[in-house]
Amino acid sequence: MKIRVGHLYPEYLNIYADRGNIAVFDRRARARGHDLDVQAVTVGIALEPGAHDLLYIGGGQDREQAMIAPDLAARGEAIRGAIEGGAALLAVCGGYQLLGRGYRGRDGSWMPGASLFPHETIAGESRMIGDVLLQSALPEEPAQTIAGFENHAGRTVLDADAAPLGRVVSGYGNDGASGYEGCRVGRALGTYLHGPLLPRNPWLADLLLSWALAHATGSEPAPLEPLPDELEHEAHAVSAARARARGGRAA
Amino acid sequence: MGARLAVETSVARLVGRLSRAAGRGGGTTLPGKLVWKLDRSALDALASKLPDGVALVSATNGKTTTTAMANAILSPKRRLAWNHSGANLASGVTSTLLAAHDAELGLLEVDEFALPEIMRRTRPKIVSLGNLFRDQLDRYGELEHVAERWREAVAALDPDATIVANADDALVASIAEGRRSVLRFGLDDPDHARAGLQHASDSKYCVRCGHPYAYDAVYVGHLGAYRCPHCGHARPPLDVAAREIAPEALDGIGFSLETPAGSARVRLQVPGLYNVYNALAAASVALALDLELDEVVAGLERFRAAFGRFERFAVGDRSVLLLLIKNPAGGNEVLRTLEDGGVPSTLVVALNDRIADGRDVSWIWDVDFEPLLGRVERILASGERAAELALRFTYAGFPRERTELQPDLERALDRGLELTPPDGELVVLPTYTAMLALRAIATRRGLTRPYWEGERVA
Repeated sequence: MKIRVGHLYPEYLNIYADRGNIAVFDRRARARGHDLDVQAVTVGIALEPGAHDLLYIGGGQDREQAMIAPDLAARGEAIRGAIEGGAALLAVCGGYQLLGRGYRGRDGSWMPGASLFPHETIAGESRMIGDVLLQSALPEEPAQTIAGFENHAGRTVLDADAAPLGRVVSGYGNDGASGYEGCRVGRALGTYLHGPLLPRNPWLADLLLSWALAHATGSEPAPLEPLPDELEHEAHAVSAARARARGGRAA
Repeated sequence: MGARLAVETSVARLVGRLSRAAGRGGGTTLPGKLVWKLDRSALDALASKLPDGVALVSATNGKTTTTAMANAILSPKRRLAWNHSGANLASGVTSTLLAAHDAELGLLEVDEFALPEIMRRTRPKIVSLGNLFRDQLDRYGELEHVAERWREAVAALDPDATIVANADDALVASIAEGRRSVLRFGLDDPDHARAGLQHASDSKYCVRCGHPYAYDAVYVGHLGAYRCPHCGHARPPLDVAAREIAPEALDGIGFSLETPAGSARVRLQVPGLYNVYNALAAASVALALDLELDEVVAGLERFRAAFGRFERFAVGDRSVLLLLIKNPAGGNEVLRTLEDGGVPSTLVVALNDRIADGRDVSWIWDVDFEPLLGRVERILASGERAAELALRFTYAGFPRERTELQPDLERALDRGLELTPPDGELVVLPTYTAMLALRAIATRRGLTRPYWEGERVA
């Protein structure tokens, strides 16, 4: 089966090794006999309805993010449509912020987002930096943990009825106060966690791939056959131990 | 010297001797840390005692090597206070100046983040700004913020001070714009340009209008001959240039050094285009101090290697080559130099995640290991984040069974030597604290001298 991936603004948003996440999707899809076809979706390229089974958006430096923010905001309807149509999405860091309703700068300025995730982000005084460990809040995989690294000045505040990605065990999370991290809408996941996220959390890659395959085949998501993930589990364990030992605390 | 500084100085020197006597490493920063804690203005006073003033060298990549090259050029002519062991924060700089009793000139490598304060306190005659690459985002923050701090510090500098600036780095070159005294250096040999910008390049958008630059040549990362098709902003003319570049595998690299003082052929004993950039920066600093061109050439050709950057030591009938990797741009240049110079069958890569390495290890995914992986037989993944490193290679398609996980550095070194044929060379790519640990192992085994005993170039 061919899995069609749309990678949003890869030349602008690549600050935290986003290509590692794409490499994980690629290898893990191929190990199950599927092909990953990754297309760049950037300024001047339209997001065609139904053209992608999986969308990916990473993070950038402030200057690069500001350059593409208006273009992304104008795609709000197309992105929401793709998710309503059952496509999967992973947004990391800056991409996660830009897919909310908007970003309030320190100077009071308002940068509108694509309004996929029910949240708003407010620039903070200090950066929240460190290792993070989450307990999954996804009903599909409630027993799993997610390990990664966060580095953000924005405080992302979820709407009261929004679904987070996970509960913070160690680290700051969305805003350093709520005790939650990330957000989920349908098959779209947003998070501040990089590292990159997927090599040390392979089950999350497989969950997103199963959603993308469901979109590609028009069937219900089915679990993928397991792979030998000893190295991934070892990396997860080291990362999780880092978070427990020295991660920022949700205040 | 004021009475207070005199007392602080003598106490601090005693602390340095005690630290070394107690076997606690080099004691390189302990005296400085003490004085820095007691009285920050001690640094101002120490710098002002140097009759020929201070030259500062900063960059994301190459500051240690550039400073060591400048030392090789300058040391026959001037008595230097040089922080040769890489102690490049305010405390390390203070220690160096404390220890340099009769120095005439301060030659100081400075951390990018520490540069503004050290500039303010030491009032340098020369500041060399080498390059800015993304590096340890968890510690330094974003590139633009570092550049903004540099810009403010340069604006506050004595207008007669000379800025040595890399013209091939658009962001760095823009910081020197409008200054009275600037030496701009860069490469000018399109035959040795790379095919294009590397993955995840920095500063590739016009500093004036934000449009993507067009490149006539890309040499290292985003460094090259750029111009903006939209507003016309372009690389400024070069005052100090390298032309007719001639790489010699891992043995060295030659080039024509063209300067306002004339032109000459130089053969470096270290490889890589990145070392040509370092040599141009060192040459510019020396020229700004009125050294003759032949003194510059002689110094550059004398230079061997800086601390842990390109160090060889013999282990019986085998040798070990240490090549520091610390961020995507620097790592990529080391790997390209290896690709050009001969890929070893066994490679040890060691990833630590302490503060000096960067706690966030995501940068390894932006290093282009891929071309090397097709040519190497076996990789030993070592260091505290060995598993993450092994995943990097696995997801790049390197077979799992040919990657060995060996977090312990000493065991990885021994296993690597075991897999290296007699008369062969084991290449080790460590991050900063892994490099320090490996050097300590080598020192313990009598393979190399401790760094505080001096790396001064003969």
